[in-house]
Amino acid sequence: MGTTVTHAPAREALSRDSEPRHGPVKPARPAALKRRRRRENLAGYLFMSPWIAGFLLLTAGPMVASLYFAFTDYNLFDPPRWIGLDNFSEMFGDPRWRHSVQVTLWYVVVGTPLKLIAALGVALLLAQKRRGQAFYRAAFYAPSLIGASVSVAIVWKAIFSDDAVVDRTQQLFGIDVGGWTGDPDMIIYALVALTVWQFGAPMVIFLAGLKQVPRELYEAAEVDGAGTLRRFWNITLPMISPVLFFNVLLETIHSFQIFSSAYIVGGGAGGNACGPADGSMVYTCYLYVQGFENSRMGLASAMAWLLLIAVALVTAVLFWSQKRWVHYEEGAA
Amino acid sequence: MSSPDLSAPLDQGAPPQATRAGTPGSGAFRRRLPGSVAWHVGSLLILGVILYPVVWVVGASFKRSEDIVGSLDLFPGDPIATNYTRLGEGIADIAVSTFFVNSLVLAVGSVIGILVSCSLTAYAFAKIRFAGRNLLFTLMIGTLLLPYHVLLIPQYVLFRNMEMINTYTPLLLGKYLATEAFFVFLMVQFMRNLPKELDEAARLDGCGHARIYWSIVLPLCRPALITSAIFTFINAWNDFMGPLIYLNEPDKYTVSLGLKMFVDQDAVANYGGMIAMSLVALLPVLAFFLAFQRYLIDGMATSGLKG
Repeated sequence: MGTTVTHAPAREALSRDSEPRHGPVKPARPAALKRRRRRENLAGYLFMSPWIAGFLLLTAGPMVASLYFAFTDYNLFDPPRWIGLDNFSEMFGDPRWRHSVQVTLWYVVVGTPLKLIAALGVALLLAQKRRGQAFYRAAFYAPSLIGASVSVAIVWKAIFSDDAVVDRTQQLFGIDVGGWTGDPDMIIYALVALTVWQFGAPMVIFLAGLKQVPRELYEAAEVDGAGTLRRFWNITLPMISPVLFFNVLLETIHSFQIFSSAYIVGGGAGGNACGPADGSMVYTCYLYVQGFENSRMGLASAMAWLLLIAVALVTAVLFWSQKRWVHYEEGAA
Repeated sequence: MSSPDLSAPLDQGAPPQATRAGTPGSGAFRRRLPGSVAWHVGSLLILGVILYPVVWVVGASFKRSEDIVGSLDLFPGDPIATNYTRLGEGIADIAVSTFFVNSLVLAVGSVIGILVSCSLTAYAFAKIRFAGRNLLFTLMIGTLLLPYHVLLIPQYVLFRNMEMINTYTPLLLGKYLATEAFFVFLMVQFMRNLPKELDEAARLDGCGHARIYWSIVLPLCRPALITSAIFTFINAWNDFMGPLIYLNEPDKYTVSLGLKMFVDQDAVANYGGMIAMSLVALLPVLAFFLAFQRYLIDGMATSGLKG
């Protein structure tokens, strides 16, 4: 890996140049210590000042504002008007909102496991040192970089449209469901396919984890006569469980927030922003429609807070569950 | 959530020097001779699936619009270049190059902002012991998991009140205020792994933090800075939602928005042109990838986060 390799020689060179150390630094007198501490505090906050300004202005402040908007009727032009829980009751009573929740959950529940299984499977394949390994790793990673672009979404829409490649291939097998992007029930699977296609990013993380598994464990297991499956289940999986946890957490959180691909793949202009018969109307799409097309900023804020709560709950459940299935090596946790 | 929980799995990937040549599962494969063949066949199959859309778009960009969807041939029998030449006419009276210049300005502006602001913040977290550091670090990690959509509307309202809609400020300001916690985190991890002796020696020589940051830490952090710069460029180039919300005059549009405009206005009349422009829009990202793939993959492997 480039990073450590580059700085290791630098470390040697520089430590050779530095003064020989004369034991631990002498404890300073209390007054001097206090002065130094104050200087450190000042330096710390000086260096941190861009982040602190950003945090207050662009994160904490907006979060508070958004929480307030969630309980108001706000159309951008008139001042926000307090309406209590009306936004939430409107949401729960809105079939289109419930539909968007359903579409999103389906996308998360189907897409995330498929993507992670693909990532782990290919990582296991690539973990074997063979010729071309580095090339394949790079090539498989590439979709993760371009997958979020409008270009790929356009290509996806074309490939999955009526009479295009996917449709024709299905027909070869006698399946006649037409293109996926024109079908309200199928378009979500085109989006699932798009996210699975980007399995490269979690794959790279899995690969890094697999490289950390001590070889001796496999050798010992082999001596004991454990088969491939047993070794995978009893050695590989527990050993990479922290990495698995990390990937599950990030991919799940990420899936909840899908927007661009749903908006473009499902997109026409204006009204039917998200797919035929709202087929790809994921949560954030509906949030965008309500906030920016219908100028319902209060309602959209309420929707955003529910999304935040959902993501926080999922995160909390995952962290709670990790005691049961994530094994940190001693000293690592 | 507390930071150690999150950094634990990350640290696992951090010291790659400790990497063994351990290749899980290899024993089983090695015993069977066809294993090698199976490995290559499997890898090639996956490669085919991965590359298909990319090859498809290359081939389609040389087809006549009416042949793009519906014909199964990857490449046209009689390739035409008009899809590309017609891009010279622009989209809705805006030259295609305008979109590229706009995207470039935003991407380069973002890179500069991220490099400066995130490295300063990371230095404070990694190298300065100040009161409240752990609390702020936890907050910073917390923002990593925060769905952006919660900030979308209030930020829009804020920038609207400041009359900054249809400028690049809303898209750039956050980059200069280190709001991209991922890069702060990446740099903190890297700086923490730098040998302590270096800055201790520098301090004994009377160097202040500014000097240590500039002359010692930054030069040693080059790999982390390069990784951050490339990811930032690609993210800014791909960004769709930000420009969609903040920009409303076509001459300020980025490539992503230009493409979307293409989809909405000209796709029926000039489908081939849209496909050609999709491909052209990908080229900068693909070029970055080819040039820097090692930095990108290493950055991914060490800190394990989405770009």
